[in-house]
Amino acid sequence: MGNEDALFFSRVLTELTLSFHIIYATIGVGIPLMIMIAQWVGIKKNDEHYILLARRWTRGFVITVAVGVVTGTAIGLQLSLLWPNFMELAGNTIALPLFMETFAFFFEAIFLGIYLYTWDRFENQKKHLLLLIPVALGASFSAVFITIVNAFMNAPRGFDLVNGQLVNVSPLLAMFNPAMPSKVAHVVVTAYMTSAFVLASIGAYRLLKGSNHVYHKKALFLTMKLGLIFSIATVVLGDFSGKYLAKYQPEKLAAAEWHLETEKGAPLILYGVLADGEVKYALKIPFGLSILSHSNPNAEVIGLDQFNEADTPPLYIHYMFDLMVTIGMWMVLLSFVYVVGTWRQWQFIFSKWFRWLMVLGGPLSIIAIEAGWWLDEVGRQPWVLRGIMRTKDAATASGHVDTMLWLFAGLYLILGIGSVFILWRMFRRNPVEQELADRAGEKAGVAK
Amino acid sequence: MTLEVLGITVLGVFLFGYIIVASIDFGAGFFNAFSTVTGKEHILTKVIQRYLSPVWEVTNVFLVFFFVGIVGFFPKTAYYYGSTLLVPASIAIILLAIRGAYYAFTIYGGLKHKRYTILYGLTGLFIPASLSIVLTISEGGFVTMMDSGPVLDYWTLFTSPLSWSIVVLSLTSVLYISAVFLTWYAQKAKDRAAVSLLRKYALVWAVPAIITAAGIIVEMKGHNPEHYQRLVDVWWLFALSVIFFAGTVFLLWKRLAYGFAFWLLIGQFTSAFLAYGISHYPYLMYPYLTIYDSFTNKAMATALVIAFIAGLCLLLPSLYLLLRLFLFNKAYVQGDRNDHA
Repeated sequence: MGNEDALFFSRVLTELTLSFHIIYATIGVGIPLMIMIAQWVGIKKNDEHYILLARRWTRGFVITVAVGVVTGTAIGLQLSLLWPNFMELAGNTIALPLFMETFAFFFEAIFLGIYLYTWDRFENQKKHLLLLIPVALGASFSAVFITIVNAFMNAPRGFDLVNGQLVNVSPLLAMFNPAMPSKVAHVVVTAYMTSAFVLASIGAYRLLKGSNHVYHKKALFLTMKLGLIFSIATVVLGDFSGKYLAKYQPEKLAAAEWHLETEKGAPLILYGVLADGEVKYALKIPFGLSILSHSNPNAEVIGLDQFNEADTPPLYIHYMFDLMVTIGMWMVLLSFVYVVGTWRQWQFIFSKWFRWLMVLGGPLSIIAIEAGWWLDEVGRQPWVLRGIMRTKDAATASGHVDTMLWLFAGLYLILGIGSVFILWRMFRRNPVEQELADRAGEKAGVAK
Repeated sequence: MTLEVLGITVLGVFLFGYIIVASIDFGAGFFNAFSTVTGKEHILTKVIQRYLSPVWEVTNVFLVFFFVGIVGFFPKTAYYYGSTLLVPASIAIILLAIRGAYYAFTIYGGLKHKRYTILYGLTGLFIPASLSIVLTISEGGFVTMMDSGPVLDYWTLFTSPLSWSIVVLSLTSVLYISAVFLTWYAQKAKDRAAVSLLRKYALVWAVPAIITAAGIIVEMKGHNPEHYQRLVDVWWLFALSVIFFAGTVFLLWKRLAYGFAFWLLIGQFTSAFLAYGISHYPYLMYPYLTIYDSFTNKAMATALVIAFIAGLCLLLPSLYLLLRLFLFNKAYVQGDRNDHA
């Protein structure tokens, strides 16, 4: 296999693994927090339904975690297998957060095992809830540390290259790079948001499919409320990301926004097509881009004209940006209408079509996560380490990368279908009505 | 102690931890499958699943620690091993994925079928086999430097007696370690039928384990004389290892103190692992890579060591809690409690 081929297949395999892993990783970061909140609400309100909600979510969660462990191990190894030159450089500069991520996950895995197998061991539910805190912390910190590595790839700091030699390495400076604050916050909060909406879509689906149990209504209301909070936070943090890009990665911003010419008072371009170097059929928000970039409608925003074409990313990332932002805004609106509507008893939010919209919210949020990561990763091209190492110089020269691609594609197909099927079957066979009845029966049996 | 030696020691701890906990896990899965096929599942399955379920993710983390840590402490390994291990490591990932999927779908998801149990059990043999290739490659003679970088010579690897001996050693020691541990565990669970069956497995696998281990030292003489000479230099560690081995077998034979027998086994593998590690020094891959020329910069090494110590302060109490709740908790081990979500 030529090096060109190896590069191509390495890219496709990495894209495939990451696109698949991010679904499980995102859910894995967000759901422990949701379980924690549900169990806490259950203890506070002394409401068995919320506690059962936490318990049933946990059962589903461990399945997604198991798949996430597998895909996480895969990407962890593939980084060295497919990008050995990059990992050699990364090992010297950004190994610290990678190492710490493993500790965070270790911490999470230990307590998840304990939490999972001690549901009825404690008289006091609060003690059991305490065991979940390290799980949620470990999960979120895994995301923080890994995102730090990604931030470093976008804004490498903390070392100098002198005649090809690495000198003055500072692991802490590398970790706290300029991309880190906005990126970490964005990744963690969108994981919470997505998890809330995924759980909401399960509740909405059950309500649509004939169950009118108050359990599902409580679940839906709780998760939509959480989704609203985290989606608003996402919008605010998205604004910070825009400002970061304008300052540190203007070529990425310009490509994502199709901002071709440097100008003052730049409009924000949404959708549209690019024909012969001109943007057509687009929705233009006057001064939008200048505000997003510099909080000033008259500010100058650097356009693609300032860059060499060999140093800018492919322009299709514009659509990734559009997709991400549109879904994000839509979810704010949807959850806002639902939450206000529930307080004010608007009838249409109990209608079938509105519930279908909420069912769609979960998958849509996951699509937004995918679009966001594609925007981030493709938007960094042609660099693997911006300004330092190009993607094409990082790849392996090894043969058989294409065979490995097919092998892993088969694996992910089986894991994907298998996990959906298993989750479906698990909750099908043990609907909440039945479990509540069983528990009531058990309690009555004990009381006798 | 230099930072280089400190770094390789940290990695050695993770590698050794992985070898032990993963061997228990792999072997248990295999015995579980074997008992399903031979119709003895009523004896073993319960004891085995009770031990495995809460700890399997922890097992996996040891491996992740090792390969993340080695890229951190010795970044050049990413280049040398990353370029050469694409195929064997990918196969190992797929096999590990089958194990993960078994937990997700069968243990947590309730999808029960003999087929999955057998597939799962077989991965317990294939994973150590595929991972052991890394140790073989590190002995040198299988990787050539081309213009494009290091390339693994598959033909030489597959026809080398050394690589097959290492594969066989990995299999026999997995089964031996696992059987000894599970005998002790079954004893704690007061499951007599399981104890007697597992004790038999332990005794059956003891002899092949020690013979293959000795065989490899002989193989080494022809394959890598330099390493062989250094192995001979630490003969006293091997002698210690054999004494520990004899102790374990004696206790198992006499049906005495299974817990102590397991700790003797840990002693046996620790001394053998140390002997291997010391004699391998300073090479990470003969003759291209030593721990000195592949070492990271001082700032990163210091940061990693500090992170390691801080991490251990967090993890050791947590691991202790995990073991106390599941491994050393009478009610749980004896099956009086389940408490699964």
